[in-house]
Amino acid sequence: MDYSNLRRQAASMKKSLFDQGYLDEQFCQVEDLQDEASPNFAEEVITLFFKDSARLISNIEQALEKYPKDFNKWDAYMQQLKGSCSSIGASRMKSECMSFREFCGQGNVEGCMKSFQKVKREHGVLRQKLEAYFQLLRQAGPAGAATRPGM
Amino acid sequence: MALADATAFPYGLRVLVVDDDPTWLKILEKMLRKCSYQGWNLCFPLSTNCSVFTVMSIDGETSRVMKGVQHGACDYLLKPVRMKELRNIWQHVYRKKMHEVKEIEGNDSCDDLQMFRNGCEGLEERGLFMRADSDTMRKRKDVDKDHTDQDSSDGATVKKARVVWSVDLHQKFVNAVNQIGFDKVGPKKILDLMNVPGLTRENVASHLQKYRLYLSRLQKQNEERILGAARQDFGHKGTSDNLNLRSSFQEQSGNGTTGFQHGSQKIQAQSNMLDPHLEDTKIVVPLKVPDKNGTSVSDVIDPQNVTSASPLGGVLSFDRMPVNQDRKPSETMILECQSWSGSVPPKQFMQYPKHNRERCDLLGDYSCLPKPDLEHPITPSHLYAPPQLVSMSCSMEGDARDFSDVKPDVLGCMKSLSPALMCTVVDSVSAQLSDSVVTSTNSDQKFSSVEGLSSAKDCHIDQARNQAPLLTSEDANIICGTDLACLPDDLSGYQLQGIGWNSIDLFQCNDVMMLNGLQNNWYDDPELSSEIMEFPLLDGCLFA
Repeated sequence: MDYSNLRRQAASMKKSLFDQGYLDEQFCQVEDLQDEASPNFAEEVITLFFKDSARLISNIEQALEKYPKDFNKWDAYMQQLKGSCSSIGASRMKSECMSFREFCGQGNVEGCMKSFQKVKREHGVLRQKLEAYFQLLRQAGPAGAATRPGM
Repeated sequence: MALADATAFPYGLRVLVVDDDPTWLKILEKMLRKCSYQGWNLCFPLSTNCSVFTVMSIDGETSRVMKGVQHGACDYLLKPVRMKELRNIWQHVYRKKMHEVKEIEGNDSCDDLQMFRNGCEGLEERGLFMRADSDTMRKRKDVDKDHTDQDSSDGATVKKARVVWSVDLHQKFVNAVNQIGFDKVGPKKILDLMNVPGLTRENVASHLQKYRLYLSRLQKQNEERILGAARQDFGHKGTSDNLNLRSSFQEQSGNGTTGFQHGSQKIQAQSNMLDPHLEDTKIVVPLKVPDKNGTSVSDVIDPQNVTSASPLGGVLSFDRMPVNQDRKPSETMILECQSWSGSVPPKQFMQYPKHNRERCDLLGDYSCLPKPDLEHPITPSHLYAPPQLVSMSCSMEGDARDFSDVKPDVLGCMKSLSPALMCTVVDSVSAQLSDSVVTSTNSDQKFSSVEGLSSAKDCHIDQARNQAPLLTSEDANIICGTDLACLPDDLSGYQLQGIGWNSIDLFQCNDVMMLNGLQNNWYDDPELSSEIMEFPLLDGCLFA
């Protein structure tokens, strides 16, 4: 197996995520925190993020249903999700969160609903992409590995 | 929903991170640990009773920023938080401590840094948190800074002149003092000799006062140490070629658990909480040092002492005698474990050439300076080469190879010591190594071995963790002495997880209490730091 090739692929995947605006610099910060003491730190954080953000999204969904037009509440929940997005640099998702909050500010129910759908979509897309990315990384092996027995 | 974690740095500083977002908690925890590894921890004086609150939020608006400040926020950061900002916080906390220490001399308690992060509306409703627009973060920070600057001139004794006692500046100061003669010194003379434009007599006077206090405290401690040391076996001290790694826990048996007469005792207290067997924890661990003459020094580690080392109460002092036959100071290498004070390394280094202290209290004095060592006097000049965390001033002309030979031994010895010591020393070592005369190749080696130690520490963690004062009433001083007193009770209900590092337990809690009225000097930029002269090293000593 050509590990350096895999690593290259992973790197280019990451680059495209950045270029397309899915991720921002914060993601690099998270990756930088990874070290020998916690060699899978980045992936752990991302996993944690998706787990938690799924929960937050479901909260929002419930709130949209149970508390119609309660813009304050909606905004509050979205605020949480937005904060979470910023933790890993989920840039597109964060933008959608912000636009949702703007609609809340305007009292625009329709806008909120649409925006929320976009948030969910971005969430799903990002999750897919990052899963692929980390899988590639895992296959590529630890960065320090020079050669490995063929798989 | 979030868990409660507390970060306790070896010198007793606690960091409480509160957030309702687990992802952020994980990230922040890692960042804090990384900061520790990098050894930029400040040397906080344990003698002050104050807490620092930092508010972080995802976005912010001016009104909320103000609100946060009013409620005592010392600083606020925007998420995502950068390492640099975290470091700045520590610097700020430190500075703040410095400032208050001057007034509160004699009080002892734990320093606490609390970082509260808000992601939740509910929390905000309690009036605790500020939010700042990401776009306007810079401005907010400036506003906040100005705001706090104006509000929080504590009317300390320091003059309005903003003097930052950098290493260089202090070096000049000390040189001047020595030149004049310590007994005859006066601020005016020093000022003239230093010849630093912009420095006022008042600055110097104040600095001199601290210096004197520090020295007297050092002497006092040294006496105590000598007394204690006398009971120990110092067989190696006669061997000038030795690198002595001394881990001497302050044997202030009675003091540890009681009050906090000294910063060091405070640490002692803490370590007592961790390990009741402090008395017999004096360790003398001479290291093997291949000197130029090729004579190797046998190193002996007293296993009994080592194993009973207390995680926090240790005082590590590494003395290295001159290697060459002439015992020139140039060969001196001293590893200071105190290095937490290196947060802003250039600024936190005090030199006392006249008073060769080879030992340093890891926690007690927070001094990066060697303590008075009557057994092994060493010429000053080389002790303080680069003002690094670790004054392992490898001024040895010997080749790097020698140094590298030593290092593994040092590290090896440290492995058997308490985690806290290990951590600090290790960090220091690694930090220093990068600046020593050792070549980068050796540095790499060091770093790798340093990192190797991390895992070695893990085994100690349980002990530390189990004994870590997780929000006991004693640790109420973790929390700002105002309303947060109730916090421990609340937090105790939370699951406490020690993570990894012995001295770093992160408490994560999403229950936030009101923070009242802490107005603090807050500076974004160390450069802008104020009228407060910084004596990171001094703190523990001077203001114990």
